[in-house]
This record gives sequence, structure tokens and C-alpha cells, in this order.
Amino acid sequence: MSIAHTMPGSSAPVSDADPFSIEFFEDPHRIHDELREAGPVVWLIRYGVHAVARYAEVHAVLNDWRTFCSSRGVGMDDYATGKPWRPRSLVLETDPPEHDRARAVLNKVLSPAAMKRLREGFAAAAERTVDELLERGSFDAIPDLAEAYPLSVFPDALGMPQGGREHVLPYAAVVFNSFGPDNELRREALADAAPHMAWVAESCQRGSLAPGGFGAGIHAATDTGEITPDEAPLLVRSLFSAGVDTTVNGIGAAVYCLARFPDQWRKLRADPSLARAAFEEAVRFESPVQTFFRTTTRPVEIGGVEVGEGEKVLMFLGAANRDPRRWERPDEYDIARRTSGHVGFGNGVHMCVGQLLARLEGEVLLGAMARKMGAIEISGPVRRRYNNTLRGLASLPVAVQPANA
Amino acid sequence: MPNIVFVHPDGAREELEIAEGTSVMQGATAQGIDGIVAECGGNCMCATCHVYIEPSQLALLPAMSEEEDALLDGTASERRPNSRLSCQIAVTPAMGGLVVNLPERQV
Ligand code: HEM
Ligand code: FES
Repeated sequence: MSIAHTMPGSSAPVSDADPFSIEFFEDPHRIHDELREAGPVVWLIRYGVHAVARYAEVHAVLNDWRTFCSSRGVGMDDYATGKPWRPRSLVLETDPPEHDRARAVLNKVLSPAAMKRLREGFAAAAERTVDELLERGSFDAIPDLAEAYPLSVFPDALGMPQGGREHVLPYAAVVFNSFGPDNELRREALADAAPHMAWVAESCQRGSLAPGGFGAGIHAATDTGEITPDEAPLLVRSLFSAGVDTTVNGIGAAVYCLARFPDQWRKLRADPSLARAAFEEAVRFESPVQTFFRTTTRPVEIGGVEVGEGEKVLMFLGAANRDPRRWERPDEYDIARRTSGHVGFGNGVHMCVGQLLARLEGEVLLGAMARKMGAIEISGPVRRRYNNTLRGLASLPVAVQPANA
Repeated sequence: MPNIVFVHPDGAREELEIAEGTSVMQGATAQGIDGIVAECGGNCMCATCHVYIEPSQLALLPAMSEEEDALLDGTASERRPNSRLSCQIAVTPAMGGLVVNLPERQV
């Protein structure tokens, strides 16, 4: 630990909140509000880091990679002082210009034009998922819908090997827990990580990936010299890490919202073309990716507080997405809202490269639900899933009626 | 502040003042113009802020980046020679009277 951490000399308001605790995961909103109201930047005394929770500061930090870098890790660990737990990501954990070279390859593979080619197949799979669930009537919307749908389309779109796909969600849980502090969640996740990591490492090799998928597309960029053959598997790994659990929690958030806000569900059923907006608003409202860190590359002032060089700054994306300074009626889920500018997918150079794919999945799935399903009722206890970065549910039992009932 | 004219697909016209340095996308969405979605919030990553610029005025605009060019290949409404992404057009004094045609669809 550097001196700055033990003697911060920070003039920021101090908070003893633990944003990586069960208590916080169960209800982050009250503490988000306290952190936002305390000031533009606060000092989290438990961890010795500064944090920003207001929209303006979160947006500013995300958009200033020169001052707030990612190459020292976007979790609590500082890669300048400790070894990363896995080889560093070529996009998430790099800065321009190194970042931009790898990012350009992903941009191409996940471009709007590529999404157009996937749309029909993704929409057909969504219809099948919804038909099947309607036949059952009662189901758990997390495993049976929020997990089942992405798992029915994404692994094939990437070209993952058929065998071993049960590693996908556990691997992602490890990755997203690893961004947090050295708490029980993180320790347990890392202790069990080896088999998942081995399967992912093997699956990212060129020979493991089916032709025509995102993975093969990334490896093809080695033929044109955009990336080296050593880099390609690591870049594919980014899609294994971030491509499924994120959309699982995004879709889960949307279904949970629609079940809790029946007027919005009625509005969506009346006009299924609002499906994409309904998904986007759920990403703002629940912020499935809650937090990321940056590390300062120089001394910098945030809201009148001097922050030293080499310090971690925690960004509360979820708090920014409900900041009353930026949003009217922030705590209402409103599918007619203009959501442009929310930071649920980040912002700036690292803004989510999979955002178009996530929206495609959300749109076609919610669209199929809106056309085929009637009333949705929560029919049992709702249980939250705990993760240091991801916000979502473990269980959401529901009973649904067909649209014409 | 320069005046920018937005023309909807049905021919309806709306005129807005947009501050210099602000993007056409930001100016339009902040003032409630329908027809520009801007899902990525102006980061040149989504192509849902697509517009058609009056051809005679194209020269007033900044040059197109490689990223913008690639994204325009995936727009929901067809790409035309006068297609641009409105988040990539920062308003300058010379743009007073710029005519921006909105496409049928953004997604
Ligand atoms: C609702 C679903 C999703 C959410 C909420 C989400 C959220 C985010 C956020 C907040 C970031 C910014 C990270 C930072 O600033 O440090 C990000 C980056 C990223 N996301 Fe997503 N994501 C989603 C879906 C996806 C999907 C489907 C993929 C892959 C197909 C993906 C791949 C990535 C990658 C590779 C990055 C790193 C980009 C870079 O550093 O340039 N994400 N995502
Ligand atoms: S707002 Fe997304 S590309 Fe312009």
C-alpha cells in the first residue's frame, strides 16, 4: 500500500459504506443517494479509495482516459503494484493507442452491419423461448428466460465449442467478482476458477472456434496483421468474459422491471416496437454492471478535492444512472424515457463494444414477449445473486398468461 | 447560435438554435426532436443518430472518420452519399441554416 492510501489527506467527505457487501447488494439505492449527496467525490474509508456517484463526475471520469487510466486495472487491484490474477485484457485493461488497435477488431466483428445479419436468427430463437415458456405457464424467469435465451444464441454466434458450455456463466462470475476487493466473494470465486479458466483458454484457440462466428472473425484479423496470433485468443477471451452474464442480468433486469411496473408492461404490449427502449431503460434503471475503477495518472482535482497520482477512483454507474441532477423521476421505470446518455454501458473509449448485441437480444426477446404474453405475476420469493460488479437476481418465479387469455 | 433546420420524413420542418461546439445530435435530443435516438450517447458506436445532409451543404461539415464511415454501413435506413452521424457534427458558425433530413428509421 502506498502512503496515499493510509494517509489520504483527502478533503473529500468520508463514508464507511461497503459497496461490496451483501447489505449493499440487497439495497444499493439508499447508500447511492447518501454518496451522491455527500459531495462530487467521497472517500471510502474502508478501502482507502475515492469514489464518484454523481452523473457529471462519473461521465467526466469515463471520458478522460488520459487522467483516469484503465491499464492499471479496472478493479480494486492496482496492476502497477501487483500482478493481475489473469493475463491483462487487451481492451478493457489498456489505454489508447494500444487499446484502440484491439478495439477496432472487436468493433468490426460486432458492428451494426454484423447485427443485421444476426437479427433474423436471434428473433426466431426468441420466439421459440417465449413459446416454450408460455406452454409451461409458471417458471423461474432467471434460469429459464434471462439465462436460457442468451445461452441459446450467444455461444453459437461466437462459435464456442459445444462441449463445456456450462463453464460460461461460472467463468463470468469469477471475472466480475475479481474487480472487487479481497472479500469472501472474490476469494471463493478465485479458489474455484481453475477449471473454468482452463476451458476458456482452450476454447479461445483458433482451432476450437467454429467458422463464421465472432471468434473466427477475431482470429481472421491476424491474417491481415491487425493483431498478432498471440493476441487473438486473449481478445476472444473478452467475449467469453463479458458476452453472456452481462446480457443475462440485462434481460433479467428488464423482466423484473416489467413484472413490477404493470402499466409499463401494458404500454409495451400495446406497442411492441417499444421493446428496444424498454430494454435500454432497464439497463439505466438497474445498471447490471454497477461499478468499475480507474487509476489516476497524475494529481487531479475532482469537485474541489485534490486526488493524488496512482490512486484508484471507483465509479458508481448505477448511482449516476439515477442522479436526480441528470434524470427526471430517476426511480421510475419509464419505457418512453429518453435514455440517451445513460452510463449503463459506460462511456468514452471503453464504452461497451457489445452494446449493439445486447440491445439486439433485449429487443427481440422483449418484443416476442410483448406480442405473445399477457399478465406477468411474480409468484414466489425473489432472490438476489451476489457479485462484486454485476447486479441481478438468482431467482424470479413468475406466472404468465397468454396474450389472448 | 446557428440555426439548424430538421426535416422529418413526412416533410415537417423544425428549426433549432444549437450552440457552437455542441453536436447536432446533442442539440436535437436535448431539445426533444424525435427521429434521432443516439443510443450510444454520442460515442460514435451505434449509428442511431443517422441523418441526411442537404447535399450542397456537405462541405460545411468536418471530415468523416474511419469509425463513422464503418458505422454508416450498418444504418437502419439506407446509406446515401449524404449520410452522416449527427453526433460527429460539432456546430460551427458557418453552419447557420444547415438542413438536416431525418431518416425513416434509426433502428
Ligand atoms: C446489458 C449488457 C451489457 C452491459 C450492461 C455491459 C456493460 C459494459 C460496461 C459498463 C463497459 C465499460 C467498461 C469500462 O469502462 O471499463 C463494457 C465494456 C465492454 N463490454 Fe459490455 N456490457 C454488456 C454486454 C456486452 C456484450 C454482449 C459483450 C460482448 C459481445 C460485451 C463486451 C464488452 C467488452 C469487450 C468491453 C470492453 C470494451 C473496451 O474496453 O473497449 N458487453 N460493458
Ligand atoms: S449517437 Fe451513437 S453513433 Fe452517434
